[in-house]
Amino acid sequence: MFAQQVANGVFVGAVYALFAIGYTLIFGVLDILNLAHAAIFTAAAFAALALLGAGLPLAAAFVLAVAIAGLLGIVLDRVAFAPLRRRNAGTLAPLISSIGAAIVLEGILRGLYGPDERRFPEGLIATAHFRVGPLTLGALDLVILIVALALMLVLSYTMRSTALGRSIRAVADDRTAAALLGIDLERTIALTFFIASALGGAAGILIGLQYDSVSLEMGSRIELKGLAIIVLGGMGSITGAVIGALILGVVETLSVAYISSSYRDAIAFGVMFLILVLRPTGILGKRALRSA
Amino acid sequence: MSELVVEALRIDYGGVRALDNVSLRVPGGSVVGLIGPNGAGKTSLINAVTGIVRPSAGSISLDGARLDRLPAHRIARAGVARTYQNVRLFGALSVADNVRAGAFRLAGKPDARSLDALLRRAALHDVGLDRRAATLPYGEQRRLEIARALAGEPALLLLDEPAAGLNPRETIELREVIRGAARDGAGVLLVEHDMTLVAAVCDRVVVLNFGERIAEGTPAQIARDPAVVEAYLG
Amino acid sequence: MLAFLSAHSKLIDEIGINALLAVSLSLSLRAGQLALAQAAFMGIAAYVSAITAVRYGWNFFEAALCGAFAAALVAAFLAWPIGRLRGVFLAIATIGFGEIARIVEINAPLTGGAEGFSNIPNDVNTFTIYGVLAFVAVGLFLARNTKVALAVAATREDESAARGVGIDTARVRLGTLVAGAFLAGLAGALYAHANYFITPADFGFGRMEQILVACVVGGVTSSLGAALGAAFLTVLPEVVRFLHDYREVTSGAILLLVILFAPDGLAGLWRRRA
Repeated sequence: MFAQQVANGVFVGAVYALFAIGYTLIFGVLDILNLAHAAIFTAAAFAALALLGAGLPLAAAFVLAVAIAGLLGIVLDRVAFAPLRRRNAGTLAPLISSIGAAIVLEGILRGLYGPDERRFPEGLIATAHFRVGPLTLGALDLVILIVALALMLVLSYTMRSTALGRSIRAVADDRTAAALLGIDLERTIALTFFIASALGGAAGILIGLQYDSVSLEMGSRIELKGLAIIVLGGMGSITGAVIGALILGVVETLSVAYISSSYRDAIAFGVMFLILVLRPTGILGKRALRSA
Repeated sequence: MSELVVEALRIDYGGVRALDNVSLRVPGGSVVGLIGPNGAGKTSLINAVTGIVRPSAGSISLDGARLDRLPAHRIARAGVARTYQNVRLFGALSVADNVRAGAFRLAGKPDARSLDALLRRAALHDVGLDRRAATLPYGEQRRLEIARALAGEPALLLLDEPAAGLNPRETIELREVIRGAARDGAGVLLVEHDMTLVAAVCDRVVVLNFGERIAEGTPAQIARDPAVVEAYLG
Repeated sequence: MLAFLSAHSKLIDEIGINALLAVSLSLSLRAGQLALAQAAFMGIAAYVSAITAVRYGWNFFEAALCGAFAAALVAAFLAWPIGRLRGVFLAIATIGFGEIARIVEINAPLTGGAEGFSNIPNDVNTFTIYGVLAFVAVGLFLARNTKVALAVAATREDESAARGVGIDTARVRLGTLVAGAFLAGLAGALYAHANYFITPADFGFGRMEQILVACVVGGVTSSLGAALGAAFLTVLPEVVRFLHDYREVTSGAILLLVILFAPDGLAGLWRRRA
């Protein structure tokens, strides 16, 4: 029934949002399309699995894996992007660099864990359901939604009310001016990567829990959807990413329920394509089309 | 010979009016200076003539043919060539290829002898034809840009602050380059801040301020015009 | 020697096809266009050529040309909406187009869906593949000093200045996209007939990344570099087979090394020595 499908769509969209925020944050601040974001997303899910396997409780494993994802983000910047910044290398180079880093990271994951799909340990995931009015909501879905919302709130607070948040916004606005104002560029950028990758990692763990599946393919599936989301919401806009993610989650769920599922994914890319052609700034983005 | 006729040109960028009711003529074989304080609209005018910017009103014609509705590359094919305020060479290409690119609108390709001749006309001597354009020193890059512009045998040559960053000796050489171009039949519109250069090469001078034409005449007349003095000092 | 070649004929075929794909992308890259739709063009042509061969009994020559022209036609239509996009936006739009093409391939009638399309006549051998490649190579070689080549290079360097000398940069972009699509289409047809089985997953973003990596490693401004990059990267997994599941790491590492230390790729390194 309709409301139920919308609710399901919101659950799906909330996690998409965590992933998309990381994507769009890096683009907004550095003009980089970081195609290694999906690899970190996957790595965090595997890390969480490994930590659970080592005996840690779920909450601890989650926090630790998210932190690992954040650190991976910092490493990624140091290795793949910082040298290019020093060299003023343009916009194509970081994109390629991120692809290289993604291939390396996924290669390492494949070596460590093999190509097969993994599942979470038995009994870890609550199967209780709640009835709220006409809706049936799974306990797991609720927990995931709450965690996702909490993370987004923390991010929002950070961006709006902390010095770090102000620094990040300043760097996103005008890097040279920010440096002139005394902002430590490299530190701010490193922390931006930490935040973005931590959120992406969180999304990976939550999606892994949502579908009880962790595999190397997770990354490629979400990577392109993430692109569609940030284009829809406006590249560089965090709020836009959230809105875009929720819209996509709901539309996806509804179209599976009411239309044939086979063209479902095409909708996302069709919309993305149309937006790029007609209104490249998306719903909320400020990045104008770079003209020739 | 060709003549550029700009009539009542108006250019608006969003809410900003960059040019308002500006008219001027550049007859073939003459050099017309376009001066004015920064922001007066000089580069906007050149951008409109070359088709980078669409005027909101007025007309631009070369030899009676309207330019202001054409796409930029068609305008270039009609014989309009320019240099840029910030040098825009094809940096990774060789000196020779840059000049050849300038001759794109002509049939065939210039041979080595023509390339040498063009480089000399732009006061570029002893430059390796195969050198990457981006490796040239600044002054030579500027002159290579001029050589590129001359390569297409333009009917109209638009120079946007060609003397910027040149040393005094190079600026003197530039005078002969400009006069040479005019002698070969092109109409030259020279945007410049260097008044000595303007006085030395221009037959007439048009003065802009805040997007409007405030004076026109010979260099000597302009120097004495109180409105001009006011614009620069006020 | 012959034994070596026949033992590795599959690999040698793969090198040829990947080289053709890399060259097809290099055309757009040489015009400064980050148009990442080669995998999609390859797929379109692969399916068209496979379907015409299996359902209508066309021979390879006819089927392949049909496929390549189909890809080129799609490219011509694609050029219009993406005409004003540049840089990252163009890349994303073409990636999106690639996904749409892949999904259409999964769902359209006649394609066999996600399970793939099989029983394609295996009427392609190594000579065909390298024959096509040689033909393309000769064509590009003959074109290298023409005004067209100059127009492409100038468009890449500075699009506005290129228009300023009379180059129709929109036509350059269209031309390189369509020509690249045609070549990718030929590669797709070759792939289909060499493998007798294709699935939509063969022509997705993963393939596109592979092609892009080959071009970057070989040298973005050089078609020869692209071909060499493809050859190198096709052979690499075989050479590092001893790494087992860690194999992929080497191509990623090489890509990183190239982009960080030798951004002009192998071709650039070669030029610097000369």
